[in-house]
Amino acid sequence: MKELVISGNEAIAYGAIRAGCRFFAGYPITPSSEIAEVLSRELPKVCGRFIQIEDEMGSLAAVIGASLTGAKAMTATSGPGFSLMQEHIGFAVMGEVPCVLVNVQRGGPSTGLPTHASQGDVMQARWGTHGDHEIIALSPSSVQECYTLIIEAFNLSEKFRTPVIFLSDEVIAHLRERCIIADEEPTNVVNRRKPNVSIENYKPFDTSFGRVPPLADFGSGYKFHITGLTHDETGFPTNDSEKSATLIKRLRDKIIENRDSIVKTEGFMLEDADTALIVYGSVARAAKEVVLTAREKGIKLGLLRLITIWPFADKEIAALSKKVKKIIIPEMNLGQIKTTVESAVKGGCDVFSLERVDGELITPSNIIEKLKEVGIEY
Amino acid sequence: MNTEIARNYLREEKFPSVWCPGCGHGVILASILRAIHKIGWSKEKTVMVSGIGCAGRIPGYVDFCTLHTTHGRALAFATGIKFAKPELNVIVVMGDGDAAAIGGNHLIHAARRNIDVTAIVFNNFIYGMTGGQKSPTTPRGFLSTTSPYGNAEPPFDLCKLVKGAGAVFVARGTEYHIPALDTIIYKAFSKRGFSFVEAATMCPTSFGRRNKLTSDAYKNMEWIKSNAVTKSKAEGMSEEELKGKIITGIFADTSRDEFVEYYEKNILKEGECPKNMKLD
Repeated sequence: MKELVISGNEAIAYGAIRAGCRFFAGYPITPSSEIAEVLSRELPKVCGRFIQIEDEMGSLAAVIGASLTGAKAMTATSGPGFSLMQEHIGFAVMGEVPCVLVNVQRGGPSTGLPTHASQGDVMQARWGTHGDHEIIALSPSSVQECYTLIIEAFNLSEKFRTPVIFLSDEVIAHLRERCIIADEEPTNVVNRRKPNVSIENYKPFDTSFGRVPPLADFGSGYKFHITGLTHDETGFPTNDSEKSATLIKRLRDKIIENRDSIVKTEGFMLEDADTALIVYGSVARAAKEVVLTAREKGIKLGLLRLITIWPFADKEIAALSKKVKKIIIPEMNLGQIKTTVESAVKGGCDVFSLERVDGELITPSNIIEKLKEVGIEY
Repeated sequence: MNTEIARNYLREEKFPSVWCPGCGHGVILASILRAIHKIGWSKEKTVMVSGIGCAGRIPGYVDFCTLHTTHGRALAFATGIKFAKPELNVIVVMGDGDAAAIGGNHLIHAARRNIDVTAIVFNNFIYGMTGGQKSPTTPRGFLSTTSPYGNAEPPFDLCKLVKGAGAVFVARGTEYHIPALDTIIYKAFSKRGFSFVEAATMCPTSFGRRNKLTSDAYKNMEWIKSNAVTKSKAEGMSEEELKGKIITGIFADTSRDEFVEYYEKNILKEGECPKNMKLD
């Protein structure tokens, strides 16, 4: 065990290695580049492979290729690169190839504010690639959590044969604080299920083994086909309408039916709260401070932090809306999560948004001002 | 006999193919399969990767580990496969749209990196699957659905491009000159490093019909035959005489450090790490 003072980006790199990541392909982009830099140094020490590839389409393509040989693989990028990766997120969803993408969010659209903070990619993470699909996205709010949650990201990708998006932001990426790094791979590391059928009987999308079929490695003796086209259980393309619908619905259901084991939230002083903040990422830090100072003043304020952004914590938020009168959502965007919260709340309480898109972080005083604005005597 | 060899590597239950009558893709595929047989690669350790288009469908018909990816990106997927598991023999099949247009960046960087992958471009001078739009290899003046008055752009010479980018083996053959194609594909597979083969092939449906070659496969092949010029013959011809010609032969056959091997020797420190990635 090592206790270090490091940045969020460094913690992601160390955590990835502890999760078993042995392959990284990426393209430099602010504010994510330190992840690539650390992995270019650290991966060779554990016999892992690092490649700086020609663009972001190529980054995720190489990651998917490596994953199909059995390697745990990752890339890291920021907004513009995340846009370029959308096509291959869809490919990984369709081919059910485990992989992890870190998106250190910065201001957008387009080149935007490269060195400033944002949470503007929350909806792009949900719907950026075309077609109906479910996605898993996680968001850390401390350096230590960058380390532990990236391990969870790999675990979920391996368990559900799906790409996992790790939505960090510029604040957490460059914040330096205490982080405890384990000397060895933690005991909770999940590795994808491998087939144990004969070579002739292997089908890469065989649902008789469950909603998440076992995945063989290229070169392990099993010969199989992976395509981005709609396919049946054998992996070969099909135009059959029933099989097409079955596939797309299964890709949804394997995530949705397991949402209880995927969705993680943190409640803070919610027991007797009549007002709640819903936050994620770096904003949670300012929000926590506000909850503590509000409590000193006798204000019954609590906080629900979304650790899992997608699938959405709709049940948890619906339950919360029955207990509190007001929900306030501070986000470094123009209220991207707000609509989703409202559809979970279904009018059960008032929902307010605190938006900030100037590249600066949301401060405790921003939140206090908002509390006053919605009629809370602070 | 030759047909039997190829059949041994096919997923015959997947036929008939999506390809039109007269398409040259099957001819070139058979040449690839004979070369695999000759070099003796096992099916289990061979991976074929493709992009999008008529050539993109090839992996679906062959009995290896096969990956049908996105448009233009096959080489990037293949780079991940080869780098992660170097024991695999990796073949990339692409169309001219894949290799020369949308995937051009991956092509030059795979060549520069000199990763041990063989890329084979099925150049039929047209976007066949989408209905016959011009491609970066459509000759100037030729008709397509997006060049109804004749193609205003000059075509790419992919072999020159890839040679310039550093590939250690670069060759061009055609669907008409089969024994020569068999030889160059075999040589490409034998080469350690990035090897590149452009195979000129015909699309009677989308290229031939619109360019006075009709949909007759033989007439289309005749066009290739009459335009093909060997490298040695081409050396004695003027630039004017070479316009519209398909120069065949081997343009590069050299050697330099292969990327994965270099990484293993110099970055992973040979001896300290196992050849393949093992989880520790």
